[in-house]
Amino acid sequence: MIRYALKRLWLGAIIISVAMMMMFAMVYLIPGDPASVALGPRATPEMMEALRVRMGLDQPVWRQFLHFYGSVLRGDLGTEVLSDRPVLDVVMEQLPFTLALVVGGITWSVALGIPLGCIAAVRRGGFVDQVIGVLSVAMIAVPSFVVAIYSLLVFAVALQWLPAIGAGEPGDLASRLQHLILPSLAVGLGWIGYISRMVRASMLETLEASHIRTARAFGLTEHRIVYTYALRIAVLPTITLLGVGIGHMLSSSVFAEIVFARPGIGKLVYEAISVRNYPIVSGAVLVTTVFFVLVNVAADILVGILDPRVRSSFN
Amino acid sequence: MIWRTLRRIMREPLGAIGLTLVTVVVLSAVFASLLTSYAPSKISPAERFASPSLLHLLGTDHLGRDLLTRVLYGGRVALLIALGATAVSLVVGVVLGLIAGYGPRWLDNVLLLIFDAVKSFPTVMLALTLVTLFGPSLYAVVLVVMLVNVPGYARIIRTQTLVLKSAEHVMAARSMGASAGRILRVHILPNIIGPILILISMDIPVVVAIEAGMSFLGLGVRPPTPSWGAILNDGFANIRDSYWIVIAGGLPIVLTTLGFTFFGETLRDLFDPRLKGRS
Repeated sequence: MIRYALKRLWLGAIIISVAMMMMFAMVYLIPGDPASVALGPRATPEMMEALRVRMGLDQPVWRQFLHFYGSVLRGDLGTEVLSDRPVLDVVMEQLPFTLALVVGGITWSVALGIPLGCIAAVRRGGFVDQVIGVLSVAMIAVPSFVVAIYSLLVFAVALQWLPAIGAGEPGDLASRLQHLILPSLAVGLGWIGYISRMVRASMLETLEASHIRTARAFGLTEHRIVYTYALRIAVLPTITLLGVGIGHMLSSSVFAEIVFARPGIGKLVYEAISVRNYPIVSGAVLVTTVFFVLVNVAADILVGILDPRVRSSFN
Repeated sequence: MIWRTLRRIMREPLGAIGLTLVTVVVLSAVFASLLTSYAPSKISPAERFASPSLLHLLGTDHLGRDLLTRVLYGGRVALLIALGATAVSLVVGVVLGLIAGYGPRWLDNVLLLIFDAVKSFPTVMLALTLVTLFGPSLYAVVLVVMLVNVPGYARIIRTQTLVLKSAEHVMAARSMGASAGRILRVHILPNIIGPILILISMDIPVVVAIEAGMSFLGLGVRPPTPSWGAILNDGFANIRDSYWIVIAGGLPIVLTTLGFTFFGETLRDLFDPRLKGRS
């Protein structure tokens, strides 16, 4: 088990350092001198020189590269030039909003996906099963930004049931949740489909297992068997799926944040790109990637603990 | 052979819907110029924000351009990018997959690690980073599609190659002195084309979504080229007064992604149920 966990962690570390290399290359490859980009066209040569020294741009490339790695490992992602605040602070300020969105998306997908998958498995082959099947595929296929815009149009603009803009009043939980409903639906809708299919498939497999046959022989009701005994095992694959899902939801949250004008990492990056604020872009992308890798490693290790078969297949 | 395949697909309800949608989308893109008398980028200020009518079936946008026309021509853009980008990623994926599967063990490990690393970037973050580097353009879209698709293709090809590598007919060919290139070309490649075709039909909706999504963010195809995502973006800015613009922009995306997904799913279930777990 420990060997398996270490292997996963090692892979995660490599992925993160590749991401860091890409971020470094990004800042380095951008046309134009980062100092002049940051200061704009009206900067004097002295100001430029001072900033170049401060940013370490007068050093050779390999020095800059080592310096970059060193400071990232210390949690220093550089300073935002405009406001003179640490990039990490700016990014961390936005992270909770995006996390809330992703958690909302997971809630939608688990709360609807698992029951749908169970129902489909119980009614296997019947009409209900087919309808759920088509619905699941449809939910997976439609891109989240279309879902976001259409749900904004229908529920916020036309029906005016839910708010269209922002993340709600700070400190007011009800308002926060209200503002979370539509964006998190847009983020989670596709995963309702993925999870319902996954649960259906693994439920069908579980229902064939011998301990379920025993439960049947004891005369337990089908309802009891499915929801108490089989579900416990059938939801296991969902955990890995959610590990992948969180990454996809991070992606779709960019759209949800822009469409619903919510604060968050996606909106931060998007706006930073349009004003060429590169330190923020690379910092935010790096934080997101690290977060994503950690979630995946955690999901894999968790499944390794729960299901010993996975561990041996990894080697 | 093709007719029999199509007949089998049409017999499945999902396949019938999918094939019909795909046909409609493809035909309307190909014959766009016959289906409308407007030019896709013709601005007519007098007709700004016209709601749907017999003259403009889907209405007009903020520049008075006919939306149906832009949707039809946007279909050309979407499908050309989808096919082009998928083809490019397929070639790269097949080559890398064959190298990983047939090449030395260390190269295989290195490639697998790279695939895993690329796959672990959230797609949109990857797209945003690349656009920051290269600026918004068609090429940025193709590059994003490649980075998203290649690892998946390469992995499938690699697995199939590993299986086939130790198959008897390949062993026989090798013992007769066939070169690695010949074995890959003659014995391995033809055997993996089936699963690849299925993967492609399932990935086209993903590519269409990437193009539309990037164009929606203003990071993809440059205006005034008609693109479904760009129409959505125009409509989003005016969603409170002119709802028909977002409807016109989103509907073709929904129909295309549903059509190709339904089609691909049916194809897979009929011909290669083994691929089911992957997606």
